[in-house]
Amino acid sequence: MTVLVDRDTRVVVQGITGHQGTVHTRQMKLFGTQVVAGVTPGKSGSEVEGVPVFDSVRDAVERARANAACIFVPAPFAKDALIEAVDAGIRLATVVTEHIPFHDMLVMYHYAKAKGTRIIGPNCPGIASPGKSKVGIIPNVVFRPGRVGVISRSGTLTYEIVNGITEHGLGESTCIGLGGDPVVGTSFVDALPLFEADPETDLLVLVGEIGGTAEEDGAEYIRHHFSKPVVAYIAGRSAPPGKRMGHAGAIITRGRGTAESKVAALESAGAKVARFPYEIPDLVAGALTEKGRR
Amino acid sequence: MVKLSEWRGKEIFRRHGVPLPRGAVARSAEDAEALVRDGRVPLPCVVKAQVLAGGRGKGGAVRFATSVEEARAAAAAILGLEFKGEKVKEVLLEEKLAIGRELYLSLTLDRSLRLPILIASAQGGVEIETVEDAQIDRQPVHPFPGLTGYEKRRAAKVLGLTGGAARALDRLLEAVWTVFEQEDAELVEINPLATVGDGLVALDAKVIIEDDASFRHPEYAEIRDDRTPLEEIAREKEIAFVQLDGNIGVIANGAGLTMATLDVLKEFGGAPGVFLDLGGTDDPKKVTEAFLLMAEARPAAVFLNIFGGVTRCDTVATGLVAAMRQVPAERRFPLVARIRGNNEAEGIAILRAAGVTSVPSLKESAQAVVAAAGGRP
Repeated sequence: MTVLVDRDTRVVVQGITGHQGTVHTRQMKLFGTQVVAGVTPGKSGSEVEGVPVFDSVRDAVERARANAACIFVPAPFAKDALIEAVDAGIRLATVVTEHIPFHDMLVMYHYAKAKGTRIIGPNCPGIASPGKSKVGIIPNVVFRPGRVGVISRSGTLTYEIVNGITEHGLGESTCIGLGGDPVVGTSFVDALPLFEADPETDLLVLVGEIGGTAEEDGAEYIRHHFSKPVVAYIAGRSAPPGKRMGHAGAIITRGRGTAESKVAALESAGAKVARFPYEIPDLVAGALTEKGRR
Repeated sequence: MVKLSEWRGKEIFRRHGVPLPRGAVARSAEDAEALVRDGRVPLPCVVKAQVLAGGRGKGGAVRFATSVEEARAAAAAILGLEFKGEKVKEVLLEEKLAIGRELYLSLTLDRSLRLPILIASAQGGVEIETVEDAQIDRQPVHPFPGLTGYEKRRAAKVLGLTGGAARALDRLLEAVWTVFEQEDAELVEINPLATVGDGLVALDAKVIIEDDASFRHPEYAEIRDDRTPLEEIAREKEIAFVQLDGNIGVIANGAGLTMATLDVLKEFGGAPGVFLDLGGTDDPKKVTEAFLLMAEARPAAVFLNIFGGVTRCDTVATGLVAAMRQVPAERRFPLVARIRGNNEAEGIAILRAAGVTSVPSLKESAQAVVAAAGGRP
């Protein structure tokens, strides 16, 4: 096990008979992931992409020894799907589904946490370790095995950035797309220790966005506990102001949450911050060379 | 998010048992007069513009009346106003109460803690950002037990309420928590919450409902007063579409990539005018619709920046080429395309056959579109 997934990860796809579930089951298998089961209530006995379908996650765990879930179930039913996975003993659940109400996600997060299950997402691309396993929807083509870790709140921007790193001749150890929703199962602060402990990661790329204070919180963690070089990028520096969440939101964040605040926090924690996505590969290569010299 | 006007927020409060002044909404001076004349709104009363912007008191959008004639005149004056760019179409008339202290109370989400948070201050009636930190109490509330007795007692202490007023707060907090959870609110804010004798009354209501919960709250879906007509059409087609002041149209997929694209355009002197987030789609028709919608906005040039994941490059290219054939000659605009990722080669081939070259570099494609729009090269 490197960061959360490896060749022993046995994935059950919840919502496998839906369009996205089917498409990404095929892509995960092409990546090398062991997709051992699918769940769609009422469809047991059928197969999707050569993967047996069960009525419940419990069946998938007992009969196919699934140990990780990838959830594509539509938003109104996602809370149930996650709780079912947790109750069946699944300890890693990637929730790809978008538009889950945050009130549902609050229940999902705290229920999973109490039972010892880690959630990645929701509304996220998931996790991939090239050469090992992928649980989620990040396009296979962008990766090459290597030693750069990537954590990101974005979707397609993550693909863009990973692709840039790969085209530069480098490669990735593990990439986690955390999702950009107000409540996420795994935040920067939760993911950073995994990369600090991972012997296969030499450097971390952190991709953030305006809004919330996850990047500032992450910067605080980096300052005190993270020993590897960090290259960061924050999207949305030119975004128009507005869309703020009332006065109460302002007094929780107290001036944090802007691009300036995030860049300043990361720089003061020692990260090299790219102004644009295309500056990242050079910064990564430079930081790796510098690290090699020490 | 759906920001509710004060009277809509108060309708929800009333349904869940949050105490309010007696009042009603009017859309004309005649309605306002009738409400006061037949006693549905007691005198003296206050007449308040129903707009989403704050600072109504200072901005002349709140007036007082002691007679039927004054109420009519106040309503007539306010209904004609344009307040911070918003035309006033409704006024709320409410009895003017003899209030004691003004307090602050809100429930919202703390994203870092991943918990709801109850915010209370004895310094209400002013913008809460201007109140010093030491005067504001923040209590995280766990969603499983909900708001508990000890948390409510702490709020009472912070607000300086005892006896009957503390019991009133207990009931009010229970109702506010129900509004927050059952209505899928992002924010429930009462400022000011006024003491009236031994009781409490919510003098204002600010409620924001989360968009993602619309599957169980269809009643909020139609309340949206802050969109342009094109944004409204886009919403019906499930395309994220935002209009700004610039002249470059941007079609991208995903919020992060869209923001990064805008950042790069600005850097090279471009002014994004419309941005359109395709999201994840593998339907070429949706791409065509998005493109035709973009043409309606009359951009000087358009930048298509797609990184294919769920969305395949050939899908986007097919939809784009179909749209280009439908745009009338007088509405044509220069197009710079950059499509990368899943099925990139197929997508590029489809574009090339239609005479469009895909520029692989983000930097160079951004510079090209800024030049095409007549901005700084």
